[in-house]
Order: sequence, then C-alpha cells, then structure tokens
Amino acid sequence: MSRAGEVLALIGAATRLAGQSLVRMVTPPIDMKETMRQLDHIGVGSLNLTNITALFTGMVLALQTAHTLATFGARLYIGEVVSLSLVRELGPVLTALMVGGRVGSGIAAELGSMVVTEQVEALRSMAADPVRKLVVPRLWATVITLPLLTVLADAMGIFGGMVVGVLQEGLTPTFYFNRSMRMLGFEDLALGLVKPIVFAFLIAVIGCFNGLTARGGADGVGRATTNTVYAAAITILITDFFITKLFIIL
Amino acid sequence: MSDAPRSTAPAPEAVIRLENVSKRFGQREVLTGANLEVLRGEVAVILGGSGSGKSVTLKTINGLVPIDEGRVEVLGYEVSSLSERDLAPLRRRVSYLFQGGALFDSMTVFDNVAYPLREHLDQSPDELTGRVTTLLEMVRLDGVEQLVPAQLSGGMRKRVAVARALALEPEIILYDEPTTGLDPLTGQAIARLILDLDQRLGVTSVVVTHDIALVVRVADRVCFLSDGRFTDAGSVEEARRSGPLTVREFFAAGGFDA
Repeated sequence: MSRAGEVLALIGAATRLAGQSLVRMVTPPIDMKETMRQLDHIGVGSLNLTNITALFTGMVLALQTAHTLATFGARLYIGEVVSLSLVRELGPVLTALMVGGRVGSGIAAELGSMVVTEQVEALRSMAADPVRKLVVPRLWATVITLPLLTVLADAMGIFGGMVVGVLQEGLTPTFYFNRSMRMLGFEDLALGLVKPIVFAFLIAVIGCFNGLTARGGADGVGRATTNTVYAAAITILITDFFITKLFIIL
Repeated sequence: MSDAPRSTAPAPEAVIRLENVSKRFGQREVLTGANLEVLRGEVAVILGGSGSGKSVTLKTINGLVPIDEGRVEVLGYEVSSLSERDLAPLRRRVSYLFQGGALFDSMTVFDNVAYPLREHLDQSPDELTGRVTTLLEMVRLDGVEQLVPAQLSGGMRKRVAVARALALEPEIILYDEPTTGLDPLTGQAIARLILDLDQRLGVTSVVVTHDIALVVRVADRVCFLSDGRFTDAGSVEEARRSGPLTVREFFAAGGFDA
C-alpha cells in the first residue's frame, strides 16, 4: 500500500473507533468507577499544567499588546484584546495542546502497554468490550474536563493580563476587569466551549486508537505515544481553523 | 432389536474442532490446513517448537485471533463466523490463562478476580467477597486481596490469573504456558489444579507448554504442532515411545526417555 493509502486506512480505522465510541458513550452501561478514576487523572492531574500555561500566556499577551498598542496610543484596550484572544482562541487551543500532549500520550502509553501485556485480549477473552471498558471512560473524562480546564485557563490568562496591566501599565484592576468583560459576547463563550469539547473527543480518540493499535513491545508503545502527540497537535490546529471559520460563517 | 453389544457410556463428543485452519501473519504462514479435535473432559497438550503457532491456535479457539481459512467450532459455536458480540456467550464458558497472567495493572488482586463475576453475574457484595476468597484459596493465596499485580511475584501473579480464569466455572480452559517462569513447587501445584479441575469438575483443558514434567503429569493426549499442522501423538506413553521424532526428543530433553 502506498504511504497515502496507509494514512487513509489509519484515518478510516480511527474514524471507525470514534463512531463505535460515540454510540457506546450514550448507551448504558457506562463504567462509572473507571470514568471517575480517569476524571481525577485527566482533569485534576492537568490543572497545574494548563493554569501555568494560561497565566503566562495572558501575561505575555498583555506585554505584547501593550507594546504594540502603545504605538497607536491605545493601551487602554489591553483588557479587551487579551480576553478576546484567550477566550476565542488561545485558551481552548493551548489548553488542548497541553492536555493533548500530557493526556493523549498517557492514554496511548497505558492502553499500548495493556495491549502488549495481553490485558486487552484478557478483557476480550472475558467477554468484555474494550471500547466500552477502556475507551468510553477516557472519552467521557476528557470531554468533561477539557472545557472546565479551558474555562479555568481563560480566567487564569485574564488574571495574568491584569497583573501586567496593573503593575506595568498602571491600569486599575476594576478598569482592566470591566474592559476585559465588556467585549465578551455569547458567541465568544460558545466558541470557547465548543472547541474544547471537539478537541477533547479528538485527543481521547487519537490516544486510544494509537494505544489499542500498538504492536510489539516497549518500542511499539513508544511509537504509539509519539504518534499521539504529533497527531493530536496537528488535528487540534487544523480543526481549530475549521471550527473558527464555521462560527464566523454562522 | 439388534443383539450387537452396546456401550453403555456414550462416546465423548468433540467440544473443540479445528478443520483445515490456516492463519497467516503477513508473509508468515503459522497454521496451514490444521486439524485438531479435543474431546469433552480431556486434557489435551499441544507441544511444538517456539514460534510454531501454539499460542495462535489457542487464540483461534476463543476467537481472539480470526482465522484466514477453515472452520473452528467450539461447544457448538461456529467461532470462525461469529462477530465479537456474538462470541460473548461462548467466552463466558471458555477461559483463557495468558502466559504472563495478563492481570489488570490498575486493579487490586481482589478486583482482578472479581472482574468476570462483576461483568457477568449479579452477586451481592458478600457473595462476591466469598467467591473471590474461595477462588484465591483454591490457588493457595491468602491475604493478597488488596495488593496490586506489581507487588506480586511472577508465580503469585500466575496463580491470581488462574483464580480469575476459574471465576465463571468454565467448561473449557485454555492454558498458555501455565508453568513457565514458576518454581517447581508452584508448577506442581498448577499441575495438580489442572488435574483436579479435570477429574472433579470435568473441565476440558487445552494446555500449550514446553514443560515436559507438566505434560507427563496432566496430559490425556499429546498433539504435536509442526509446519502449521497437528499430529495426534496419542497418550503420553504413546507419544514418548512412538510419537514423531521431535516429540520423543522433547521427552528425552525433559528427562523422560522412552
């Protein structure tokens, strides 16, 4: 098979897994114990990473904006620029990239090592469905936590911007906060929440797919992990463009 | 009515039947028109060199590995033509003991053994605890319920895996190298367990192994896999005396010369 054919076959198989998972996500039984374990691992475990990323992104954004807008004498608009950029774009994308790297690769490594130690076959041999037992809890956990992490990241980013706005640019916190909130409309918030839901689904499916298709030993698991980080990052950035475009058209 | 003498016991039925089974992995042909029959209640041992396809054969029996050609019938189910979902009722009746145990890393010993019970039976917590304790006692393990597999030795892991495989009282157990990596005493305990299950509960066993001491202890029949096909070498005694040369060499290497 040609390289393009292989890639298409892979996308086809991953799409099939996504379809099977979607059906099982909304039909009982859902393994609640495993879902809770994953919520803790994926959600709580990612908090520091996503919050620190967002805090410093907000601060850098404020610095850059202040520097650029100073040329036009429009430094008062830092709050709007920072909050809009964060809520519509940087919050969802950066959080997804961070979670994609940490969680997606973690899922691929865990499921990959389960495959190579025959644990997935053991599940099947006991008439349990690996998609229901392994994929669905990870999907739900990622889909629930990523939007929450994104909202927190947005808040942290806005706070970071405020720190720079107040300490360096001499704005008052109330002024900065009001300006930040003034421009945010329903569409921005909707976009900021739809994106993480879609990204979360993609990250978890890519991680699970790479893990479940890992072959060989430690080498195969390593490859599954690296492929996940790569594929998740690319997919997030491409999907981001199309979701944004779709929202602008609508 | 005919006066011909009649046997009072019906001939044991074949519960596992592989007919002309072929399986390839890429260019490598593992099974080439293999035929195998295992009768109810017997302990059939599959002998063969490393990489000869013994584990693959076991995995075709419960449908973990799909075959390319031929037919696999187990307990009346046409395994080779069933979907993953339709295989579920069969898999409740056929247990598989994996070579490395394949215990779930993230779960305690208790949860591992309880897994098939929770999955398929609706037991109260007390019933579940009682059953798991009994199963662990059967494999001589005590006080390990709350440990995770990483805290167990190889032998203990294997015994937990045996307990898990017995949980649903299967009619057939497929053992993939049950004594590999175990000390001789634990190996003996596993052999006793296989015999006990066979004699007391009439469980049918298919054992893939290189351990000749185990073969001698448990096998009703020895099947030899080479070049993708099975040769029925008969009982242990027959295999040792007049089986294929390689089988006799296996016995000799294991210290059981004819």
